[in-house]
Amino acid sequence: MVPVNFYIILSAILFTIGAMGVLVRRNPLIIFMSIELMLNSANLAMVAFSSAIKSFSGQIFVFFVIAVAAAEVGVGLALIVQIFKSRHSINVDEMNNLKG
Amino acid sequence: MPQSSDFQTILPLTILTVWACVLLLVDLFIPKTQKWITATLAAAGLAVTLGVTLAQLGGPASTGFSGMVVQDGFSTFLNALQLVCGLLGVALAFGYVKRMGLERGEYYTLLLFSVIGMMLMVQAADLIMVFLALEMLSIPLYVLAAFNRTQSASEESGLKYFLLGAFSTGFVVYGIALVFGATGTTNLAGILASAPTSGLLLTIGAALILVGFGFKVAAVPFHMWTPDVYQGAPTSVTGFMAAGAKIAGFAALLRVFSTAFPALAVDMTDILWALSALTMIGGNLLAISQSDIKRMLAYSSIAHAGYILMAFVPYGNPDVAPVSIAAGLFYLVAYAVTNFGAWGVVIAMEKSEGRGLAISDYAGLAKKHPVLAAAMTVFMLSLIGFPPTLGLVGKFYLFRAVLSGGFVWLAVIGVVTSLISAYYYLRVVVTMYMHEGEPTVEREFWLDFTWGLSALATVVLSFIPQALFVMASSALLK
Repeated sequence: MVPVNFYIILSAILFTIGAMGVLVRRNPLIIFMSIELMLNSANLAMVAFSSAIKSFSGQIFVFFVIAVAAAEVGVGLALIVQIFKSRHSINVDEMNNLKG
Repeated sequence: MPQSSDFQTILPLTILTVWACVLLLVDLFIPKTQKWITATLAAAGLAVTLGVTLAQLGGPASTGFSGMVVQDGFSTFLNALQLVCGLLGVALAFGYVKRMGLERGEYYTLLLFSVIGMMLMVQAADLIMVFLALEMLSIPLYVLAAFNRTQSASEESGLKYFLLGAFSTGFVVYGIALVFGATGTTNLAGILASAPTSGLLLTIGAALILVGFGFKVAAVPFHMWTPDVYQGAPTSVTGFMAAGAKIAGFAALLRVFSTAFPALAVDMTDILWALSALTMIGGNLLAISQSDIKRMLAYSSIAHAGYILMAFVPYGNPDVAPVSIAAGLFYLVAYAVTNFGAWGVVIAMEKSEGRGLAISDYAGLAKKHPVLAAAMTVFMLSLIGFPPTLGLVGKFYLFRAVLSGGFVWLAVIGVVTSLISAYYYLRVVVTMYMHEGEPTVEREFWLDFTWGLSALATVVLSFIPQALFVMASSALLK
């Protein structure tokens, strides 16, 4: 049996990779993938804690997170496709119409 | 099995959800040129729900669905406020979306779903519900921000809001996971009762949740998205978002921290202190150099998040907390009223393709439309905190609360930044009254109604603040 600490350390590493990805990558699709990594690292931590303390509520929470993440993908990809249609580029550095 | 008493606790929420779902279908049969019917139906739904919510006012507190949701004075008070925000949001949009060529039925349905999320947020008594409500209010707002999708500014606003919003969700979810690990439960009352074994895990979890909500309420240093999103989104959406999302974010923060984490107050007070001070200073200083009214009001909304955060600083001190939370609720009401009025005036001045939004476009408004200029002056004075407006009373209660909590320097920062803010708010007033110009104004009944009512409420309520403050005090978390 793998100790729960290992899972938590792995999830912390994944969360950090995800957060760094959001901050340094310039393609919205990759940023989006990094956000998914952050959410899934939380899922991993939830499931690990849930099995360590023998409580189901953590696993149920994971289902909620998965469902909501899917809903977010729906909106996010639609936005990205719409922007690609009108600008033929989705680099976030080129989205600088709004500033002041 | 859920009992009927469970549904009693979420009665207003159920009514509005069913109404929104039915409206989505009904809208399909309403011809494209008659979308005012959808708007009227949405407003009717909000009004009915408001009536049911007000009927619950003063009733006993109850929990439902095995402690997942709670209905108490706090939730009823804020639900009523959210519904009023929804109604004003419909009123702001009524003529504007038609004028800008955005008149589609989904607008109002999305707005209803967002209000549902905000109400659920206020009633959530479990971190799972907090997360679900957060997404339910955010996802419709992402779509609404990008609603003017032929304009690249609106697209950009929607994508920025979406990416930053999803990023902040990641923090909230990870924070919830760590809190669950530390306490073995996601129920707010359960977290308090479990007397956690690992202090570090719980503290990090609470801090991550705070970061996530810091993004939502636009606190410095998590505010970068706010000006871009507020500027690019359709103005009627911005007005609704600025008040509604902020109220919901603060309500959840208040509920989570004072119910689940009072034990962490020792660590959290310093963090909240710094967050509040940074937000007040950053928001007000950045607003000074703005020449676009939407960006200026966006920075102003950041600054006001800082003032409201002041109310959270003494949350762990049982002597001061009730007064300070009541002051925070009072300020939320004052901010919502003033905010809708100010955005109403901005909408009245806005022309197609984003013209009429520079502060210099307001030159000569006082000569041409003295009533509108007077209303805008009232809103600007209220945002500064100048008598005789609701903003002054709100700030007075806030400063009094933090002073009695012993946070003298925070109050000093609050007063000094309010003085700084006078510079950029008064610049709008000076432009309206002293400069020459030929502005044209859009007159629509519901728009005039919104800013007229807001101006009236801002002034009149400031003479009877005690009644409202007593109401806010009775809405406290028990």
